[in-house]
Amino acid sequence: MNVLPSEATALLYLAVAVCFILALKGLSSPRTARRGNLIGAAGAAIAVVTVFLSARLENLPAILIAVAVGAAIAAPIARRVHMTQMPQLVALFNGVGGGAAALVAILELAAHDGAWVRAAVVFTLVVGAVSFAGSAITVAKLQELMTTRPVIFTGMRFAMTAVVVALLVAAVLVTATGNLVWASVLLLLGLAGGVLLVLPVGGADVPIVISLLNAFTGLAVAASGVVLDNVLLLVAGTLVGASGTILTRAMAAAMGRGVSGILFGAFRGGSTAGGGTVSERPVRASGPEDVAVMLGYAQRVVMVPGYGLAVSQGQHTIAELADALEARGVEVSFAIHPVAGRMPGHMNVLLAEANVPYESLREMAEVNPEFRNVDVALVVGANDVVNPAAKTSPGSPIYGMPILEVSDAGQVVFLKRSMRPGFAGIENELLYSPKTTLLFGDAKESLTRVLGAVKAL
Amino acid sequence: MDLSTLLTVVVLAVFVGFEVVSKVTSTLHTPLMSGANAIHGIILVGAILVAGQAAEPLPLGLALLAVLLATVNLVGGFVVTDRMLHMFRGRTQSGNSDPEHGA
Repeated sequence: MNVLPSEATALLYLAVAVCFILALKGLSSPRTARRGNLIGAAGAAIAVVTVFLSARLENLPAILIAVAVGAAIAAPIARRVHMTQMPQLVALFNGVGGGAAALVAILELAAHDGAWVRAAVVFTLVVGAVSFAGSAITVAKLQELMTTRPVIFTGMRFAMTAVVVALLVAAVLVTATGNLVWASVLLLLGLAGGVLLVLPVGGADVPIVISLLNAFTGLAVAASGVVLDNVLLLVAGTLVGASGTILTRAMAAAMGRGVSGILFGAFRGGSTAGGGTVSERPVRASGPEDVAVMLGYAQRVVMVPGYGLAVSQGQHTIAELADALEARGVEVSFAIHPVAGRMPGHMNVLLAEANVPYESLREMAEVNPEFRNVDVALVVGANDVVNPAAKTSPGSPIYGMPILEVSDAGQVVFLKRSMRPGFAGIENELLYSPKTTLLFGDAKESLTRVLGAVKAL
Repeated sequence: MDLSTLLTVVVLAVFVGFEVVSKVTSTLHTPLMSGANAIHGIILVGAILVAGQAAEPLPLGLALLAVLLATVNLVGGFVVTDRMLHMFRGRTQSGNSDPEHGA
């Protein structure tokens, strides 16, 4: 079919690009976000219809079947995935997008003989392959199909250097000759590079890598727009590249570290290595009834949920506890650290799933000055994000990371599984403070017991 | 596309991207990531064009694989983002499920 004149195609693509911008703009508030996303989806649908009408396409039945199969695979996964598994899913979708961009690039190589376009092919190929392989490792780490610790082997630094040098040589060769064999080598080197890039990253830093790889795929798609002479791909890819870059930097700042420190930290021994020793000092442990009394007779309570809460699937229980306390006239809000959960904003999604209204979700900068007026801070399954060592001990691996200043609250209650330190492997002095009470156990079970005790007050 | 047009489009898109994304509330960073993710699934357009021109079996097979992967990216990304955003409700709405009122 070739029913659309090229001007109409160009205008429709422009409309789609505007839809994508509106989709991102809608995310400035939870109220407009869903409509924005639907506008984006409508834009994507327009784009797909447009491409079928814009050019004479062979193999139409096969293409339609591939689209149908892809949609039939993706939609059920997207509908059923647990919210705790969101980081894996985002990484997975990101990886397949990068893989698609790399394939498009290698197939287009033969059709172009200008060095300029070939350079764009090379860029798409390499970045798409890095994103595909890197995302695959990320999914494996998050799904715990492999160790979440940084993986480093002897000679890794050498292997990395060798891959980078070989990549540059192959890139120059492909740009100069357009040789398909070299392009295939380039693809394999890109895959190897992606694996080597993500292997040394520790589990706690993986979210930043997802965000970075998201930006990579965006850039690969933008470059494929140059290859295919398609403005829509160029604009959409650039938008994603820009958003991924901002988000990556914001997350790195929330962890108090540079992006390069996260990627290459394991080589220098500065990454989140885990481990650490358990101190023998006394702490004040108590039962659910005592905690219920502290919470039930407080005026203001701030809950600080961490990944331990998500692991135990306790987000519904904490929401119920908040409701029970509010029914008693206690003012309850949730303080969310930017890196709580396993990706930026993850904890907000988990709590939204448990029907916590978004007005109750408070950002770090907003809630920190208010802790001094808070009677009880209830820390559930979080550790490093409230560890004062980030402010007080310059030698600590988390030094400089912005934290939720729960130590300003009148009393602090930790629901913890054990005295084991968190991801960063550093002890939390706050646990030994006289104003701190601990309740040991699985986060969800402890919350259920506290909830029962609050209801019995 | 000549170089100057290309640069114009890219530079403007970068600025629009930075401008729009820096206004996104940190509460919605996860939907932002998955939404941006869905947007780069638009590589599907490129994959369809390439598949529509493929003549040999091997390039066609690879192009169809690209179509499949890109569709997974595009469809899955928008569906899961919608599902997440559907869960974000305001205080006045948390009791009932009518999204048209309140907020």
